Amino acid sequence: MKSAVIVFPGSNCDRDLAVALEKVTGNKPLMVWHQEYDFDTVDFIGLPGGFSYGDYLRCGAMSARSHVMKEVIKRANDGVPTFGVCNGFQILTETGVLPGALMRNANLHFVCKDVPMTVENTDSIFTSGYAGKREITVPVAHHDGNYYADHETLDRLEGEGQVAFKYTADINGAQRRIAGVLNKRGNVLGMMPHPERMIEPALGGTDGRILFESVLNSLG
Amino acid sequence: MKARIHVTLKNGVLDPQGKAIEHALSNMGFGGVEEARQGKYIELDLMETDKEKAHASVDDMCRKLIANTVIENYSIELE
Repeated sequence: MKSAVIVFPGSNCDRDLAVALEKVTGNKPLMVWHQEYDFDTVDFIGLPGGFSYGDYLRCGAMSARSHVMKEVIKRANDGVPTFGVCNGFQILTETGVLPGALMRNANLHFVCKDVPMTVENTDSIFTSGYAGKREITVPVAHHDGNYYADHETLDRLEGEGQVAFKYTADINGAQRRIAGVLNKRGNVLGMMPHPERMIEPALGGTDGRILFESVLNSLG
Repeated sequence: MKARIHVTLKNGVLDPQGKAIEHALSNMGFGGVEEARQGKYIELDLMETDKEKAHASVDDMCRKLIANTVIENYSIELE
């Protein structure tokens, strides 16, 4: 599996994501700078966590309009598995590839801890490996992870299996405790928690590794 | 021409920073503030001299970047 990690000024989880992808797939991902217009064909695109463009205007707002994102949006809409974690999730909502928006945490605190989550949909390419494992633990580290969408959108997301993960308790005010959402087609996932930081026992667990293994297996 | 843009959270969208301002004011002894909502103010200097064209262009800027219309409203004043 060939993958790419998009790097923006202010990304700070790009290397974590690259290490996780290399450990799981055996291949070093292509690191793509935000000013690129095009990059090699890959099987998987990762948008890392961090504070791209210093969170200016809104988290992910500037990155969502960068050169490289035009190509990422095109490929995501063409069906390439695309994964945004934390700031990457914020970028995907800002582009409109994923519905909703991520707002300042309701209690205004930066939350940084391991959190239990439920896997709401195990049919996607990202979550198939979680079948039979309803609850997992993955770390979060964010100030703006309060997922918002209007009620109709939330009902639709829940009804159509687009909610991938939910926190088991309210940690940031997110509507219906949503931690991760899929696009309609199921090839794009955005989530606030960091599975790339939970890929081996030395990091505290392996629940995150399963996500990358699921994608790898889905590609055959 | 100058464009003055106000971006505010839509009604019904929780504004935790506005809430914090409200609480701080109350703790400081300022009574009578029923609610505080925080927003953004952006000023643009435009080369355009035609008001109608300027409005159309700034409206496009607001929809495409300055506001996130999932959660925010915006208003434009031209001068």
